[in-house]
Amino acid sequence: MIKVGFYPGCSMKGGAQEYQESVSALAKVFDIELVEIPDWNCCGATAAHNMSKELSLSLPARIMALAEKEGITDIVVPCAACYNRLSLVKHEMAGDPSLSSKIASIIDMKYEGTTQILNIIQFIDKYITDRLEEKVVKPFDYKSACYYGCLLVRPHSVLKFDRVEDPQSMDVLVKKAGGKAIDWAFKTECCGAGMSVSRTDTVARLSGNIMKDAVDRQAEVVVVACPMCHSNLDMRRPEINKFLGEKIDIPVLYISQVLGLAVGLDPKTLGLNRHMTEVKFPAKPVIEAPVAEVPKKVSTTQNMEA
Amino acid sequence: MSRIGVFVCHCGENISATVNCEKVAKITGELKGVEFATDYKYMCSDPGQTLIKEAIKEHKLDGVVVAACSPRMHEPTFRKACAEAGLNPFLCEMSNIREHCSWVHPKDDLTTEKAQDLVRVMVEKVKKNKALNSIKVPVTKTALVIGGGIAGIQAALDIANCGHKVVMVERQPSIGGHMSQLSETFPTLDCSQCILTPRMVEVAQHPNITLYTYAEVESVDGFIGNFNVKIRKKSKSLDEDLCTGCGLCTTKCPQKKIPNEFERGLGMRPAIYVPFPQAVPNKPVIDRENCTYYIKGKCKVCEIVCPTKAIRFDQEDEIIEVPVGAIVMATGFDVLKPDFFPEYGYGKYKDVIDGLAFERLASASGPTQGEIRRPSDGQIPKKIVFVACAGSRDPAKGIEYCSKICCMYTAKHAMLYKHKVHDGIPYVFYMDIRAGGKNYEEFVRRAIVEDETQYIRGRISTIYEKNGKLIVKGADTLMGAMPVEIEADMVVLATAGVANHGAEELAQTVHISYDPYKFFAEAHPKLKPVETNTAGIFLAGACQAPKDIPESVAAASGAAVKVAALFSQDELTRDPLVAVVSRQAPPVYSQCVGCFLCQSVCPYQAIEREEIKNRNGEVIKTLARVNEGLCQGCGTCVALCRTKAIDIHGYSNQQVYTEVMALLND
Repeated sequence: MIKVGFYPGCSMKGGAQEYQESVSALAKVFDIELVEIPDWNCCGATAAHNMSKELSLSLPARIMALAEKEGITDIVVPCAACYNRLSLVKHEMAGDPSLSSKIASIIDMKYEGTTQILNIIQFIDKYITDRLEEKVVKPFDYKSACYYGCLLVRPHSVLKFDRVEDPQSMDVLVKKAGGKAIDWAFKTECCGAGMSVSRTDTVARLSGNIMKDAVDRQAEVVVVACPMCHSNLDMRRPEINKFLGEKIDIPVLYISQVLGLAVGLDPKTLGLNRHMTEVKFPAKPVIEAPVAEVPKKVSTTQNMEA
Repeated sequence: MSRIGVFVCHCGENISATVNCEKVAKITGELKGVEFATDYKYMCSDPGQTLIKEAIKEHKLDGVVVAACSPRMHEPTFRKACAEAGLNPFLCEMSNIREHCSWVHPKDDLTTEKAQDLVRVMVEKVKKNKALNSIKVPVTKTALVIGGGIAGIQAALDIANCGHKVVMVERQPSIGGHMSQLSETFPTLDCSQCILTPRMVEVAQHPNITLYTYAEVESVDGFIGNFNVKIRKKSKSLDEDLCTGCGLCTTKCPQKKIPNEFERGLGMRPAIYVPFPQAVPNKPVIDRENCTYYIKGKCKVCEIVCPTKAIRFDQEDEIIEVPVGAIVMATGFDVLKPDFFPEYGYGKYKDVIDGLAFERLASASGPTQGEIRRPSDGQIPKKIVFVACAGSRDPAKGIEYCSKICCMYTAKHAMLYKHKVHDGIPYVFYMDIRAGGKNYEEFVRRAIVEDETQYIRGRISTIYEKNGKLIVKGADTLMGAMPVEIEADMVVLATAGVANHGAEELAQTVHISYDPYKFFAEAHPKLKPVETNTAGIFLAGACQAPKDIPESVAAASGAAVKVAALFSQDELTRDPLVAVVSRQAPPVYSQCVGCFLCQSVCPYQAIEREEIKNRNGEVIKTLARVNEGLCQGCGTCVALCRTKAIDIHGYSNQQVYTEVMALLND
């Protein structure tokens, strides 16, 4: 069993419990043990770097220092916001030794900067992708709009992850899971993020535009990798529909849930029941369903080519 | 006993700000063998040089050390001054106390001490200097022009009209370059083809110009005045002497669906083709990668229809060797590739095109005969968004420079569009309008005022297709970054001008330097804009940096004058700082044992075999000999010689040893 460090952050323990459930379940299928960093703290999120620079550096630095103490080299950070904070702090400290030693004295811990911060897609690519296709038993045969949002890919100069203006990594995973990733225009547009509480109308407009474009291009599901995006596109659906004046009812799934479904995990294990917008997919015309194994594999490859 | 003069320069404040020049002169003046030492504010100035000349005469100096800047700039100046005072110029050396000392250290006693050390070392070296005579080499009065765009054409014609021979090499099947693709030119809106094609024809017909199209430079050896160039003339699969250019083969070729590079993929061409109707030479080539015969082994329709039987399927590439005296680089530029702009959908949406493609759409000889029709469905676009600075001035894209020509051609595009589609609305998104140049600003004003182009200051964040329209999202920064969304029918990107593909490899082939963007580097940004750091190789046009037509032409004429000046001499003088094989009296003749290890490592093929014969004509010893004309004084042979038989004039082992010892024996 491979052991990988795991930083849940607040959302995994709260509103995005199903994200953690699905990541853990998926890891288990591929014999990966997620080791939660002991005594972890808040990453600082948006609040810290608006208040105090030192605080915004110290919080993620302590998390990474804790991981180093445990001998962890790779930390998977499923929340895009946490991933962004940890990566940025690691980058900033690496480029400034005096800052690094100052922060180390604030957190009163040794900080080397040796841990690798992986977002959910990097984690899957490093540990799962190679073995993914052979484990697919139930191809996720739906037109998927992969939505990346902002924090997963920006700033490109630091994260150096994917094509910043037209990311493809999630699309590739969805295709490997047997799905069809649609080409659409709102992959990295703003969902409204933290305005969710203070300016719900703004979120309704911004997230509404995203959902509208996805539906206009015949998406049957939106796939995300960020709890914030998920809550805006899923939980704010009534406001979105009110803004658009129509009824959009396609579900929003985490990439880990999509892969989980494809490898045969049941919806409840993946926490699909926890979504605000009911997770239901359009019925597919049953053609070769009774013939079990072989046709399924054929359909997987067909979808891949598509 | 030597009589050396030391001249310490203040270089204004460049040196004297951190080095005590007077002290350097005083201390070094006390060195053994130094007859005279002084300091002066500007040693390179006329009074400074006079000071040196008079000191040489008055004190009967037999060696001079000028402690000043890097020898790159002023060594020739001081050596010339010494020569005028009757001293052999190679007895004069410079000690670099500016770049190597005053500029890199703070004002401190140690800095002055370092300057003293540097001067002392050079004094010891000069004591061992020998009087040398310059080497004379002949000049081959033929110029090679690489690239047949407007810059290459101008340079070639100017040189040829001075009465010198020119060899022009162009890798495309026709000369003309990017200018032949343009519809009209700013700021006068005169037809590009109309002013260019007469020049193209002149090149082809000029008695002094030999033109090789579909050819590339394979290698360049030698040095200024005496380059030896190998040109690979790619096979056109055609006997050019027999071909009359009737064009029958191009109309009968069954393969007709190859995207036409000249039309930026907006039109198709056959496998045997002439790139455009006014091509020079107007004879076709077979594109072997796409020709049915070369792919499948049968077809040969062109051979069957050719009335003069000029098709040659088995023709091979030909290597041509030409000796030339000077080289003009005129290889031009390229524009950014589609993968650069995923946010604009360039390469994904057919109606997002680049500026060169728009030139073809607007051109009377283009794929739409000059009608502005969008590529996807042939409709006349009612709204076109022009995006300036697509890639340029964008550190995130890795291109920090301004591509310079885009502001002007974007204004021109908007005008041409408006002149052809009267009810159309052109929008231009820009960062700044850079219209410096004669009649340029007035031209942009015309586009704004008379042709009602909507200029919006701001950048585009994204472009996507929706219901057959291109949704362009941007911001108007003059309206407080107000979001702007335009439903356009077509988008034209003014993509950044970049170094031409293959520029880096070519620079390495001809041995010239280039900048981080792979544009060829000039010798001095202000005072030597058309020279390279390699003597005898000059720059013309956009291979150096993005340039518009007038600038390219001006640079080309500048380069041509440099070549003509070089060719005005029958012989060139070279510094005699070359390797030499020791010679001694018989019966030893030389320390050289004739192992010829030096021959195998010499990068310039400058080592020859010399046979020493007795009176009966029998060979009694074989030695290495250095061809002074070829030797560049790199010293590789010296390092390798097992018997220490080779040394370099001016940088002998003994001199270097003396320098090191002078530093150690403080």
